[in-house]
Amino acid sequence: MQRRDFLMRSLALGCSAAAAPLVTPVAMAAAPWDTRLVVIILRGAMDGLDVIRPHGDAGFAPLRPGLGGAGDPGALDLDGFFGLHPGFERLHPLWRAGEFGAVHAVSTPYRDKRSHFDGQDILEAGLPGLQGGGLRDGWLNRMLQLRAGLEPEIAYAIGRERLLVLSGEAATARWSPEAELEVSANARQLLNIVHHDDPLFRDASADAIEIAESLALDAEMAEQTDAMMADSPMMEGVSMNRTHVKLAEFAASRLRGDTRIASFSINGWDTHAKQAGGLRHRGAALSDTILTLKAGLGEVWGKTAVLCLTEFGRTAAENGTGGTDHGTGGAMLFAGGALRGGQVLGDWPGLAEADLYARRDLMPTRDVRAHAAWVMAGLIGLNRDELEGAIFPGLEMGAPPGLLR
Amino acid sequence: MTFDPVMAEIRFGVGLSPDRAAPGSVNDMLGALAGPDAMAQAWPIARYAGAEPSFASIRAAALAIRDAPDTEAEARAMAHRDQLRENGREMYAANLATEVARTVDTTDGMRERLTRFWADHFTVRAVSGAVRHLVSPYIEEAIRPHVTGRFADMLRAVIVSPMMLVYLDQHLSLGPNSEAARKQVRGLNENLARELLELHTLGVDGAYTQTDVRELAELLTGLGWSARRGFRFRPNSAEPGAETVLGVDYGGGAPSLDDILNAMEGLALHPDTARHLAHKLAVHFIAPDPDPMLVQTMAARYLAASGDLLAMVEGMLLHPAAWAPTARKVKLPFDYIASALRALAVPPEVVAGASLQQVRQVVQFPMRVMGQTWQAPTGPDGWPEAAEEWITPQGMAGRISWAMQAPERLVDPLPDPREFVHHALGPEPPEPVAFAARAAETRTDGVGVVLASAAFNRR
Repeated sequence: MQRRDFLMRSLALGCSAAAAPLVTPVAMAAAPWDTRLVVIILRGAMDGLDVIRPHGDAGFAPLRPGLGGAGDPGALDLDGFFGLHPGFERLHPLWRAGEFGAVHAVSTPYRDKRSHFDGQDILEAGLPGLQGGGLRDGWLNRMLQLRAGLEPEIAYAIGRERLLVLSGEAATARWSPEAELEVSANARQLLNIVHHDDPLFRDASADAIEIAESLALDAEMAEQTDAMMADSPMMEGVSMNRTHVKLAEFAASRLRGDTRIASFSINGWDTHAKQAGGLRHRGAALSDTILTLKAGLGEVWGKTAVLCLTEFGRTAAENGTGGTDHGTGGAMLFAGGALRGGQVLGDWPGLAEADLYARRDLMPTRDVRAHAAWVMAGLIGLNRDELEGAIFPGLEMGAPPGLLR
Repeated sequence: MTFDPVMAEIRFGVGLSPDRAAPGSVNDMLGALAGPDAMAQAWPIARYAGAEPSFASIRAAALAIRDAPDTEAEARAMAHRDQLRENGREMYAANLATEVARTVDTTDGMRERLTRFWADHFTVRAVSGAVRHLVSPYIEEAIRPHVTGRFADMLRAVIVSPMMLVYLDQHLSLGPNSEAARKQVRGLNENLARELLELHTLGVDGAYTQTDVRELAELLTGLGWSARRGFRFRPNSAEPGAETVLGVDYGGGAPSLDDILNAMEGLALHPDTARHLAHKLAVHFIAPDPDPMLVQTMAARYLAASGDLLAMVEGMLLHPAAWAPTARKVKLPFDYIASALRALAVPPEVVAGASLQQVRQVVQFPMRVMGQTWQAPTGPDGWPEAAEEWITPQGMAGRISWAMQAPERLVDPLPDPREFVHHALGPEPPEPVAFAARAAETRTDGVGVVLASAAFNRR
């Protein structure tokens, strides 16, 4: 992290480390592009077939007797063929406004072992597989590595857990909205001394202190966000105290400034049993999140793309316990004014047994990385060589899927 | 690369204490592990079987409310339910306090570490807030008694434990051709079978296939549970016929629990399991990329001793690579806080007797900011191991805040930082930390900087 040089210099020169905030958002150079990208990782494997239900496929009803197949009056029709799970109903107005959509029958290149953890690693690493040893970095980080001179605040990993998708050589910012920190000037200098020879602790501590300070200076910005949210009729029904709402609120506050990329995860999609209730609950959480982003971003929403990615889909058939087991093909959800919502994209493979992957899962007809790549090409201006090379090795982007406005 | 008492207590134990001696040799450590579990006796936690409020009493309370609508009895039943909830909350905090007290008090620190390691290996999460207090009793019953015994015994205890059955949906799974499946719409659920192979035994790189997952899932049908009656083997739910898991046939006669328990023995003694467990244990205690010879030795000892976990630990402690001087691991938030309390010489009875409020303020909430919501990792793979996962800006914000604020609330007067640096880091602390302890303007800052230092956080 290059920013540490600054810290170390001030220490070497004997400056009081407490004299002034080291870096404030105001001091940052503007980013070289203006659009915003939010990547939400849905951990646990979202059941694409239940969220975006292919009612128009004759194979659907018999596979899902208890999960919308028998005709669920609550589901909202999308385009005559697909319907939206009732738990996501608050996103239906966004669908009608062309700000929310989906891509169906997609997956990462991961196949067969159906492990959450490997599946998430491959999704976030953006690689064709796990071969070749340890996972060095994530695809969003490799994208940043291609652009020199970016400030770490260009990209924010938000939440308590590490996000592989943003980890790597390129400096990024990382914070959890619930952390707070107050340290005396003396203690801060001493911390620099005791961490001098340990880069991991040195960087993390210095970042913690910097971010805590910049947040304190940002109090005004936070108030502004709160006021915007309070005014928005869309926020009706959103409970502001939930973790995912706080993450989205924090992301919006950063993205309204100089941050261009934000990523966080929403867990709890592993619906092996009683999926009807579980997915309603997750649908509410994801709806809250997207609505909070929209409200918090204000005008910036118009140039924002939100991609919701999951490690794999779930079995085509409902299992014996009112849920579904780990599968292969699934759906990517997307939102934001920069994308063409109001449509379900993708090449539908059908649900007849012969059309399924391994006779059990929805057949992926396209690599979901292609959609992420096309979005980044349009939003950030990356070229095909960069996208099919360093960012998503082994990817063939194919024709534009029609995601961009 | 030889035994060192300071390293033994920090890397393999629970941290230095000014009034509890570190082990003097590997034999001391192994002797303590082979002996009685003194901390479980001194600071008891209920075993699952006797823990109250149980699933059964919580369920009974809910039914009592349902059965008495709009009567005086309903109000009484609701008051009873609220009382149970309150008892559960108190017990959850008491479990956490007791676990910290054991860690603060012990001279057999590796047992506490091994208990947390295996509890994490067999992670369960409470399915609702009302039963959060039952996670510790699960560990006390299914994990702790076996950490120095046979892995197969632990595995068997885990797969009949209601907490695991419910967490990974096994209690809902029916054999597709079982009698029970003919009467209702439910059927097979692969969740537990997959995690048993992927996480608990062979490991994701192990030699198993989707077919093994399916067959094992069919074999496990019959592991039943209900809130009222707890665990029961239900032959009616079991898939008829033999199942072939990793090339071995199990069952085939009348469905029986023994077939499942036998399969656990087979999984426990599989060479891929030995390798997976040895590697994971070495990663946990020593380094992210442990010496392959060390791992091989540990696996070989385990297999030679019919799956004995103490033999595996012995293989680790006797190997020179275990004593490499560089500290590659960092303490998880629980261990960070507990080891700080040890260094601060907070008496265990003060810890064990802390109020709900104090436990939350000093341990539970700070742990959450540091990234470890107690007994609630995201998935069944438990907490991450890599130092980079924990030493993040917000993780460090949590650790530094705790170091600067908590000691003052717990210890009066705070120790002299110049002495405290030795309590925390031994006779030869790194010079920059010793310097910082001398240079601090206040005791608070001095003690805080020692506890926030990389030297105290690493092991």
